[in-house]
Amino acid sequence: MPDASAPAVHQHAAPTSFLRKYVFSLDHKVIGKQYYGLALVSVFIGMILSWLMRFHLVWTNAAIPGLQLLSKNGAPGGVMTPEYYLSLLTMHGTLMVFFVLTNAPFAGFGNYFLPIQVGAEDMAFPRFNMMSFWVTFVGFLVLVTAFFIPDGPPISGWTAYAPLSAVGKDAGPGLAWGQNLWAISIGLFCVGQLLGSLNFIATTLDLRTKGMTLARMPICTWAWFITSCIGLLAFAVLLPACVLLILDRVAGTSFFIPAGLVISDHLQPHAGGSPLLWQHLFWFFGHPEVYIAIVPAMGIVSHILMASMRKPLLSVKVVYSSMIAIGFLSYMVWGHHMFLSGMNPFSGLIFSFPTLVITIPATIITMIWIGSLYGANLRFHTASLFSLGFVSMFVAGGVSGFFLAQPSLDIYLHGTYFVVGHFHMVMGVAAIFGIFAGTYFWFPKMTGRMMNDTLGKLHFWVTFLGAYCIFMPFHYLGFAGNVRRYSSFVDDYLQPLLPVHKFITIAALVTGAAQLVFLFNLIHSRFKGAAAPDNPWEATSLEWSTSSPPPFDNFGGRHIVVKHGPNEYGVKGEKGDYIMQDSPEPEPAGD
Amino acid sequence: MGKLLAVALVLIAIISAVPILMHTWWMPEDISTHGHMIDHQMSETMAEAGIAFVAAQIVLAAFIGMFGDKKDGRKATHLPGGAKAVVIAAFLLVGTEVLALGVFGRDAWAEVYFKPAASDAMPIQVQAEQFAFYFRYTGPDGKFGALHPDKIDEGSQNFFGLDPANDVESRDDIVAASLVIPVNKPISLMMHAKDVGHSFYVRELRIQQDFVPGLDIPMHFTATKIGKYEIVCTQLCGLGHYNMRAYLEVKSQEDFDQWLKQQSQ
Repeated sequence: MPDASAPAVHQHAAPTSFLRKYVFSLDHKVIGKQYYGLALVSVFIGMILSWLMRFHLVWTNAAIPGLQLLSKNGAPGGVMTPEYYLSLLTMHGTLMVFFVLTNAPFAGFGNYFLPIQVGAEDMAFPRFNMMSFWVTFVGFLVLVTAFFIPDGPPISGWTAYAPLSAVGKDAGPGLAWGQNLWAISIGLFCVGQLLGSLNFIATTLDLRTKGMTLARMPICTWAWFITSCIGLLAFAVLLPACVLLILDRVAGTSFFIPAGLVISDHLQPHAGGSPLLWQHLFWFFGHPEVYIAIVPAMGIVSHILMASMRKPLLSVKVVYSSMIAIGFLSYMVWGHHMFLSGMNPFSGLIFSFPTLVITIPATIITMIWIGSLYGANLRFHTASLFSLGFVSMFVAGGVSGFFLAQPSLDIYLHGTYFVVGHFHMVMGVAAIFGIFAGTYFWFPKMTGRMMNDTLGKLHFWVTFLGAYCIFMPFHYLGFAGNVRRYSSFVDDYLQPLLPVHKFITIAALVTGAAQLVFLFNLIHSRFKGAAAPDNPWEATSLEWSTSSPPPFDNFGGRHIVVKHGPNEYGVKGEKGDYIMQDSPEPEPAGD
Repeated sequence: MGKLLAVALVLIAIISAVPILMHTWWMPEDISTHGHMIDHQMSETMAEAGIAFVAAQIVLAAFIGMFGDKKDGRKATHLPGGAKAVVIAAFLLVGTEVLALGVFGRDAWAEVYFKPAASDAMPIQVQAEQFAFYFRYTGPDGKFGALHPDKIDEGSQNFFGLDPANDVESRDDIVAASLVIPVNKPISLMMHAKDVGHSFYVRELRIQQDFVPGLDIPMHFTATKIGKYEIVCTQLCGLGHYNMRAYLEVKSQEDFDQWLKQQSQ
């Protein structure tokens, strides 16, 4: 790939009106913050929903004061009904997977930092960029509207399996307009992500500044670039799947509904569809989605670890090559979600193999992180603690993948809390640790103020230990055969497991409370934090070569020329043990 | 801070492993002819994944504890062997593990899904619906009557939509709310969904299989221990999902024969 020696420059004057500056802004930095803000709102809604669900699971008949205000039918007198539990479960999963785990690490941080890290003034298509956020935002509004309609949110889970999700109100509460809103929301979300992915790819390929070869791109830019390529293919499949679902629901088609179904005593007027088609389309998106959430977090964590260790990773090239391998393999493994779905059992073995193989690049990346710590001069600020916590969580969540990759073990573990523990740790908590690490690391750049490190460390410790207390026992419950998505545990064999659920609920409430410390720190530091220097972490990539926060055009009219790789740590530089990417100083002599 | 994190990681690794080693919460006793293969595979995987988890956390802890910044100007060093050694080690360790799990794990899957049901297996049809399971036995003629979805009528307990007035084969079909089977007798289960997706899960049988509307899915198993076990739904099927269950009753052949006689009266 030749250097993009004369990058296209997108000059647009800094806006002055409030609307153009803060609302309908074309500035990738504002759009990045908007995505981050949307993720923040979503994550707190999602977390409160998980509190309500956890509370209901162990104190099933207890009233939750005020819940009846949210839904008179769903929680009469504040006591949650089984169907409302499923509504909250659907909304929790949908908000977290789409509006948090996709928005924050990829669209949020990616928007803000990808153009700066490649030395560009903005994204390749600023108007598309603005549109992608606002389409996503409308998708969010459509989704949360489901809380306020009489029907309530859908009860079919974030996976919306057909025909439960396809046949309408006969199948249960929330499955009339609630499910329509869900499908429209996710369709809009897909449009936003497709536009965003295109923009990321074009910006990475076309707008790199002079000297910024692909090999000189920081690891998180690589991660965002790879994620955009994954997203472009994944959301392009989920979007039509949502359209087909809507057609089945409102236009009388039968893509996902076979003949002869009798639901609520009504013989359904459909014939010829296949419920498995929805599963194939959904998981063809759904599995890559795991990597859409985790690959940016891997990039962010690698980036922060190098600045914290004061040395490069053993091989950055191996890390991004492994990410590419993961992205490629992620399209061959969707069937492992469907081992017991009724598809041909031979497919189970076929899908099992790449699923097991994908652990190889994942293990390589993990071993590179751990191996790179050897001989480091590790600095323990909050961002590095969350990065190290990420590695620990990624290992903990990753090893349970060995079980679920095998169809024979899925026979026992599928549909149990083991699966819930697995994906919460490896996709949820690990990615959120990546988001936290990124927040503590880049907050000074984004706002010009430092976050409080003591509060940050308190936040880290409670969250780290709390996450293990919540999600490790999920695996034990899975071994005991505890079925997931139950609103209460009435089965005889589940009774002895209730104390474990109580422990998890208390851990979830405490860990959740620690997130309020984070929120306080975030808001307080935004206005009252100590002034941030341009490069507080003594890091090397281009975002640290500009002011905190960066000016509208990112570099104040300077035309950046990159002369160094992104990971020159542990060398003799003019300013210390590092050399900035745009520093004019010569390459350091070899070790 | 580094030392504290290192200690925390070691404690996490140890504390996480204790309930696994002690089987505090574990699979119930297997009562099927194929389950031992799944149990064996589970233990093998547990050993490999468990060692990987504990080893990774401890090495991570050790490096974090050892290599904190002492601000003494020490030059960073690299792991002997560098990335090449790491990549080779990952390929060898995980590659071997993956191959072993993939190859040996195949047998248990094949036992359940590739091997046909024994020729003398007793056919039983199970229908899942919001929010119950119903089981149908052929009766003396050894044949199931055809299903007519338009004739389903819960009020008159015609759960399957049988048409005994016109269909001779359905007249002696026996419908029950529990799955009652003789011990040590191969069972061939035809799984049918009436409305939406459901799943059939009996922990002790080491059997879990989705019901797919529009598809009739065959399963087979042999229960080896007399007793009463819970059958639960593991596929989200609507508001009563948590309460959708039935019982598997494994009886001696004599008791089963007697039960069947009672049902057909």
